[in-house]
Amino acid sequence: MSSPSAVHRTGRLETYSYDDQIVRMFIVATIIWGAVAMLVGVTIAFQLATWKMNFGLQWITFGRLRPLHTNAAIFAFCGNAMFAGIYYSHQRLLKARLFNDVLSRIHFWGWQAIIVSAALTLPFGITRGKEYAELEWPITIAIAVIWVVFAVNFFGTLIRRRERHIFVAIWFYIATILTVAVLHIVNGLGLPVTIFKSYSVYAGVQDALVQWWYGHNAVAFFLTTPFLGLMYYFVPKAANRPVYSYRLSVVHFWSLVFIYIWAGPHHLLYTTLPEWVQTLGMVFSIALWAPSWGGMINGLMTLRGVWDKVRTDPVLKFMALALTFYGMATFEGPLLSIKSVNSIGHFTDWIPGHVHAGTIGWNYLLIAGILYYMVPKLWNTEIFSKKIANTQFWLATIGLALYYVSMVSAGITQSLMWRAIDVNGKLVYPNFIETVVKIVPMYWVRAFGGTFVFISFLLMTYNLFKTMNQGTIGEIEVFEAYALDDSSLEENAGHHRKLEGLPMVFAVLSLIAILVGSAIEIVPSLLSNQYITKIDAVKPYKPLELLGRDIYLREGCYLCHSQQVRPMAHEVLRYGKNSEAGEFIYDHPFQWGSKRTGPDLARIGGKYPNMWHYRHMINPRDVTPQSIMPIYKWLVEQKLDLSTLTKKLSVMKQLGVPYSDVDIASGVENAQAQAKLISADLMNQGVPKEVEDKELIALIAYLQRMGTDYGSLPVNK
Amino acid sequence: MEVITILIPLAILLALSFIVGFIWMTMKGQYDDMETPALRMLIEDEKISPRKNIISTKEKK
Repeated sequence: MSSPSAVHRTGRLETYSYDDQIVRMFIVATIIWGAVAMLVGVTIAFQLATWKMNFGLQWITFGRLRPLHTNAAIFAFCGNAMFAGIYYSHQRLLKARLFNDVLSRIHFWGWQAIIVSAALTLPFGITRGKEYAELEWPITIAIAVIWVVFAVNFFGTLIRRRERHIFVAIWFYIATILTVAVLHIVNGLGLPVTIFKSYSVYAGVQDALVQWWYGHNAVAFFLTTPFLGLMYYFVPKAANRPVYSYRLSVVHFWSLVFIYIWAGPHHLLYTTLPEWVQTLGMVFSIALWAPSWGGMINGLMTLRGVWDKVRTDPVLKFMALALTFYGMATFEGPLLSIKSVNSIGHFTDWIPGHVHAGTIGWNYLLIAGILYYMVPKLWNTEIFSKKIANTQFWLATIGLALYYVSMVSAGITQSLMWRAIDVNGKLVYPNFIETVVKIVPMYWVRAFGGTFVFISFLLMTYNLFKTMNQGTIGEIEVFEAYALDDSSLEENAGHHRKLEGLPMVFAVLSLIAILVGSAIEIVPSLLSNQYITKIDAVKPYKPLELLGRDIYLREGCYLCHSQQVRPMAHEVLRYGKNSEAGEFIYDHPFQWGSKRTGPDLARIGGKYPNMWHYRHMINPRDVTPQSIMPIYKWLVEQKLDLSTLTKKLSVMKQLGVPYSDVDIASGVENAQAQAKLISADLMNQGVPKEVEDKELIALIAYLQRMGTDYGSLPVNK
Repeated sequence: MEVITILIPLAILLALSFIVGFIWMTMKGQYDDMETPALRMLIEDEKISPRKNIISTKEKK
């Protein structure tokens, strides 16, 4: 039968077919990268349970693998899944073939090339040092280019559609494309030093704000809105039931995208970010609860009347559980944004627990449902084995439950130990390591939970490839529908039609233009930091310390150590004076971190002698028994690279760090002199070999400097 | 904190574009019909079949 709206149409009857091959390509990529992402995830989970799993190899040590895991899971696995699902549903909802087959291929191969280059750079420590935005500037630019290709292809299809109504799923896709472009560009701004190294244009608290504005919205607009869009297409299709309330879907879409943009600062509660910005982020985060649950309720209620099918149909089963986890994660999110709850949850394992309820519970399970829907359709067959799918379902559920419960209990346990103060006003657990040892059993539970999830994914991989194998691609199907135009409608119809499509393209292009323009104009003024209360004692890093800081970034230290003492009694007791915004004005990028697997380092400078750091890096357990930190012995073996130092200093100067020309010209000399001092001290203490020109010396210089400028001032404020 | 001078206008710009988008789409009649889109998306596409000619002549009046 023809659609009701066709009655009003007198446009030409056209024939068309879909580009399903591109969907198949993205599906295969999804499966492969998903397995890789989870394998790396399981590996780093075991590395946290036992440091021996780092094998003393720098390329696979936690700090370098963790960005590989997050980037693979978010951009490779969820990214490819998103593109597969969008290209499948977009064509069908609009009754139009994708705009351009060549663009689709560029999109596909470009994205895979980006993923491969990520996998080839991150293990070598080539990183921007910003969470979820680690990829260095050439890759960051490539992402922007491929994203524009995707946008053109997407909006081109929209313009050529044969269905006037833009179904709600497509709105979710539009919001995704626009917002991700803006976030990626703003947060990606940096000045290159070499092809493999750049510095963020923002520093300290500003960098933190931009980063988490991006970071939270990466969750919102990369892992949530596109998948809600997919949910609105695939759940009704799989259930063969109309969505519970179409009106609710529209209301929930517009309110969600409006509110999401503001929630980022909840990642920076109790930091030196201005208090009103924190409160703004908190209020909007709590408000997010409503639209999020609008989506969850709408999805689950769509299944009313087909719950019997949920029991037997793997597709619906995965979708129902995914929606349930979406509801749980979006309840927990606002909860964690409340300052008092955040003071417990922040920096602990509760956060990875929360994140994985979202990424495993919502994204992976929904993707599984969608793949089980699309693959049989695109290969003209049935699911190879429902039994395997069922086993996968239960393995994933049990694995996630183990993961989540262990992480939340580890997080709360550790946080309560951190803050325990006895009647004399002293910390009950003054040694950080005590609080770590307590939760190591939970790290084991998490690692095994993660293994369950990984195995469940392998089962799906097998099941889907078997399904593909038994099916055939078949002939390209040709469909027919009426064109939306034009001539036979009233006179201004053609004019109307143009207006309808063009503004979309126009909106995207003008948004990009606005962004680039405002970036060029505003960035210089950003570098002055005039609104942050200056602390005279805070001076730029010395050349050797700057190099040490780059090693700190390279090794991903920020993934386990924070640099932010929150204004709380127990933190001040444990670490020292609470942090001030003025301390970080030369930090390009900021390194506040988001997780304390190890202690905070904001006041580490001068706390231990150089020799302590030397021994600690070679084997952390020499100075801290039971430490779970990996060994970093290659820092004592590798020569410090001084060749780019001058360039680094001058780039920093361009970014507003007050280095004089003399400072820059004598940078190398200065670094060597400082290295000599440190290594002489180490030799005095009995270090057997010459270490003056090794990387470790630079790292020690940086660690010994950290927090000392302001930290050594008397407390009298 | 000058970065706020980009982030807030940018967030407002984005939020505003969502609101304008919503109003524009409502005025264009995208949301006049809140019932059938949910049903129509369930209908599978029409494959070319021998019925083709009959339907098209009928619809064309």
